[in-house]
Amino acid sequence: MADIVFLAMMAVTVGGAIVALESREIVYGAVGLAGSLFGVAAFFFLLDAPYVAVFQITVYVGAVAVLIIFTVMLVRHETWMKEVTYSLGRLVGILTAAAIAVSLTFAWAASSAQLDIVPLPSTVTFLQIGQLISTSLSPALEVLALVLSASVLAAITLAKVEREED
Amino acid sequence: MNTLADFTFVSGLLFAVGIYGLIVKRNALRMLFAVEIMINAANLNFIAFDRFLWSNLPLPQAALGQTFVLFSIALAAAEAAVVLAIIVVAYRLHKNVDVSELKTLGG
Repeated sequence: MADIVFLAMMAVTVGGAIVALESREIVYGAVGLAGSLFGVAAFFFLLDAPYVAVFQITVYVGAVAVLIIFTVMLVRHETWMKEVTYSLGRLVGILTAAAIAVSLTFAWAASSAQLDIVPLPSTVTFLQIGQLISTSLSPALEVLALVLSASVLAAITLAKVEREED
Repeated sequence: MNTLADFTFVSGLLFAVGIYGLIVKRNALRMLFAVEIMINAANLNFIAFDRFLWSNLPLPQAALGQTFVLFSIALAAAEAAVVLAIIVVAYRLHKNVDVSELKTLGG
């Protein structure tokens, strides 16, 4: 049964997501997104994954949210104020989202998953994650490093070409 | 103690909100927000299932779920960086970030 702390975290997470999409000013949307990601990090803490939670706060709330806010400041324009939203599109969106949520719930209820599992105390520590990354998953780490450097190069190239055209 | 269904419920709710944003919004930044919300819903689901169904395994495998989510978060950050760069470039070219008006991006 969900307790009051869980409900508060759920309200912050889902409410932040709704604010991110529906706020009038997009800067407030970025702040709402940061709050939502922070709520997800709190769920990670609750699920005995503190390393993932700290990583989430560092990367998302620390880096991505700040990056988004800087982008909003760079591209700020009067057209931001009048975002066109079509009422028919909104209806279709709400119906699709509701259909997905309901079908997920029914699929979950119809499955044979046990709802009342009480997990054993978690024995995973930072040390094991580090060992796993540096031994058997080290090829994946290398590929991830390549992907990250490629994305940084892509971002720099996109900005640089534009500057030369000016 | 919260059950697995509680976490799955939150995750499904977040995913539905993300789907809604992806369908309704035509602003590129809002669509990026929606995608980030959906990625986080998937990560939350992953960690929840890992905690409840997978953490009883012997040690090298018990840490696999959390490690996977670490990789997923790093990839999502790379994706966000590239999308934001594209948004800045599109804004410089068109003075607009409405995806229905960025026809030249489609080739």
